[in-house]
Amino acid sequence: MSATVITITSGKGGVGKTTTSANIAVALALMGKKVACIDGDIGLRNLDVVLGLENRIVYDLVDVVEGRCRLRQAMIRDKRLPELYLIPAAQTRDKNAISPSDMVRLCDDLRQEVDWVILDSPAGIERGFRNSIAPADDVLVVTNPEVSAVRDADRVIGLIEAEEKGPARLIINRVNPNLTRRGDMLSTEDVLELLAVELIGIVPEDENVVISTNRGQPIALNGKTKAGTAFTNIAKRLEGIQVPFTELDEKDSFLGKLSKVFRAGGK
Amino acid sequence: MSGWLDRLFNLKPGSADLAKDRLKFVLVHDRVALSPASMETLKNEIVQVISHYVEIDPEQVRFTIAQEGREQRLMADIPIRASGKRRK
Repeated sequence: MSATVITITSGKGGVGKTTTSANIAVALALMGKKVACIDGDIGLRNLDVVLGLENRIVYDLVDVVEGRCRLRQAMIRDKRLPELYLIPAAQTRDKNAISPSDMVRLCDDLRQEVDWVILDSPAGIERGFRNSIAPADDVLVVTNPEVSAVRDADRVIGLIEAEEKGPARLIINRVNPNLTRRGDMLSTEDVLELLAVELIGIVPEDENVVISTNRGQPIALNGKTKAGTAFTNIAKRLEGIQVPFTELDEKDSFLGKLSKVFRAGGK
Repeated sequence: MSGWLDRLFNLKPGSADLAKDRLKFVLVHDRVALSPASMETLKNEIVQVISHYVEIDPEQVRFTIAQEGREQRLMADIPIRASGKRRK
């Protein structure tokens, strides 16, 4: 086995990196892949609660790097799925406890064990971010269709290119079709034109994400939600399966469509 | 209800267009790490240098940063004043 290491990053905090990481990992595991996800946010761990595995932590990432346990001991198996593992971040240390070369070494060891490594990067562009992109084969940048998130995504995409980890691919998260339709939210086309990168996923805003996170059950586990389907589609694209980017507002009301026609005509 | 009509006939442009324009401007300057003020200084210095050699109208000089994908290109459009004496 030789896993592909995918790093999920964003620059700005709060755009949905951890939710995205958890759900892509779950979706790949549901497709029968062996997946390890790593929480790269040392000191502010959260991938454990989003996955619902917070009660099972014994060892963490820093324990592995500092040799207090073997890699296998820090891999918490998710019992809902055949082969999904979490390596949690340390909560009581800071991001300087680990270096980029530590991460490269750890991921190289993991490559032998699994099909996919999903690395959830912390927000920002400092040490934690550099640790997270150092071992990456591919980088996915998560953004929201709003000015500050897009600006930070652009900065991070530039840094990824400078580190020769590019080209990054983009996930636009929390798209609100109603706002987009009435011209009050940047559209997918707008964001892609501004950032000039390849798209790998569009995830609609979906209240089921909040509910499933409350429960510690990633939304990709129950197939029939809009956001869950969107995350599953990203996993499929990673696996090389062609999945069309569906129009989020395909169930538009007649008026919605009409107004779209008028808007297009008015420009 | 009137908001609805406005939107239907696109009387009030949505805020997304404004967001996009503002982002375009911000991203250009972020990417080249050049503030609008530095750009103005750069322009003035170049105009000075060129003026030593040919006659130009500083008012007509245009500096823009063009985008090609994620590449930036600094474009200078510097019209040269026709020198009446030599032409005739």
